[in-house]
Amino acid sequence: MSTLRYTVTDSATMLRRNLRHLQRYPSVTLFVVGIPVVLLLLFVYVFGGTLGAGLAGVSDGRTAYLNYVAPGIILMTVAGAAQGTAISVAMDMTAGIIARFRTMAISRASVLTGHVLGSMVQSMLSVAVVIGVALLIGFRPTTDPLKWIAAIGVLAMISFALIWLSVALGLVSKSVETASNLPMFLMLLPFLGSGFVPTASMPAGLRWFAEYQPFTPVIETLRGLLMGTPIGNSAILAVAWCAAITVVGYVWARALYKRDPAAL
Amino acid sequence: MTTTTLTRPAISVKGLRKSFGDKLVLDGIDLTVAEGTIFSLLGPNGAGKTTMVQILSTLITADGGEMHVAGHALAKDPNAVRAAIGVTGQFSAVDNLLTGEENLRLMADLHHLGQPEGRRRAAALLAQFDLVDAAKKPVATYSGGMRRRLDLAMTLVGNPRLIFLDEPTSGLDPRSRRNMWQIIRHLVAEGVTIFLTTQQLEEADQLADRIAVLDHGRVVAEGTPEELKRRIAGGHIRLQFADAGALDSATHIFGALSRDDDALSLQVPSDGNVRSLKAVLDQLDRESIEVDSLSIHTPDLDDVFFAVTGHTNTQKDSQQ
Repeated sequence: MSTLRYTVTDSATMLRRNLRHLQRYPSVTLFVVGIPVVLLLLFVYVFGGTLGAGLAGVSDGRTAYLNYVAPGIILMTVAGAAQGTAISVAMDMTAGIIARFRTMAISRASVLTGHVLGSMVQSMLSVAVVIGVALLIGFRPTTDPLKWIAAIGVLAMISFALIWLSVALGLVSKSVETASNLPMFLMLLPFLGSGFVPTASMPAGLRWFAEYQPFTPVIETLRGLLMGTPIGNSAILAVAWCAAITVVGYVWARALYKRDPAAL
Repeated sequence: MTTTTLTRPAISVKGLRKSFGDKLVLDGIDLTVAEGTIFSLLGPNGAGKTTMVQILSTLITADGGEMHVAGHALAKDPNAVRAAIGVTGQFSAVDNLLTGEENLRLMADLHHLGQPEGRRRAAALLAQFDLVDAAKKPVATYSGGMRRRLDLAMTLVGNPRLIFLDEPTSGLDPRSRRNMWQIIRHLVAEGVTIFLTTQQLEEADQLADRIAVLDHGRVVAEGTPEELKRRIAGGHIRLQFADAGALDSATHIFGALSRDDDALSLQVPSDGNVRSLKAVLDQLDRESIEVDSLSIHTPDLDDVFFAVTGHTNTQKDSQQ
């Protein structure tokens, strides 16, 4: 009996459990897809005309703005899915079933791995829906299949990082409400970066923050891959940030899961 | 390193201590549970029963003490302990979003039983626990009794040799409670060891081979239900007489401590065994006192609780 084999089978079992949850409790997924779609429509049709006019050297402001904002909105979808992870982890931890898992001879990591993999599925499906809506209303990436694959790789990477971080946030929360509020800053970060407007248009202090926060290089990489804008060192920074967030999230989550559960 | 004894204890605990912050919850517990028996930890709310189960079932760690569960050192090899035990806690450990059958299949998968065996085992347990009709319904729609049955059924998927039941019948109606008792007796008949916590004295009396009374983190009494009952005062023989004359004569022999003139009865202290009963009857015979009727009263566990803790089961700290 190899430990690794049990880790894999137990994680697969837990993944099946989490996918069933997504199926039985579709409101979370609807939320994860719904918010970015609403924001996309809002920003393109309400603000898009004006904001697009502010972008340098364009003729049709609204379409240009759609092409500019889409990568940021796609990234928000990933952040929203991570918020869903924190909620479902916290819900799980308040339920007795986790106590049962802890007293069974199963791979300890499998409970968390199941959540992470289930959320990855949810996240990538939601991203596909949001990209679909963007394409439907006129988003026109100037890219080739290879760059599409690279873009999806970037999204998977940031998604994996944010989900592990959210697992930790879900574990550290004492209630489901806290777990739902804690990752809120992830939804805000694309706004305070290059997601919605170029950072060059921001006042000095905010601009400094926007240029150095992790979402900006990810957005710039994504934009470069999809729209052909210059990527520069954003790709390297994006990979480094994702790796760092993944490691912090994973180590933190594992330590939190290992400690004694709070007395019931 | 095992010394060869006839029965290896299923659980042995020496000097178990645990505090949460500065609140001492378990204060040096020693106990041994023999294999194939029901051991009941009896105590009021807050006595430390659940903490005890959580420690012995590897859910939380102890601050000190030497514990062996199912032949494995708890501190060194918790995973070996986990492989041998099953736990049904006070708070139902079922997945509300799954159906009853899916919950059982989940357990089967986690025990690596394989598809056909998992399906077979789930079907058998659904039948045994009277859940066939509800098998395809989400657990969120189950009644309290059904959840508890499913909970125990999930514990049994892995065929554990030692089962922890933390207040398995709290909140159940009398019929479901008796059902659960039947199931527990059935398990022990098959050789399973049960560690059961309860605050119901009747439950411990009905089920347990041995009882430990836990109060404020200490075991204040331990023994078989019979031993515990015998240990304390309160047992007596009640003699009923036909007339006041006989009552007077009897009072002359046994003393007037518990004479009841209206009922023409007298209570004679007794531990309830045959020898003491015979002694009383012999004395009455010698004095030729006519007794109308006689009844033996053994103390119940309520009396035990009062005797060993100085307060009753329901009245807690406020009464000390």
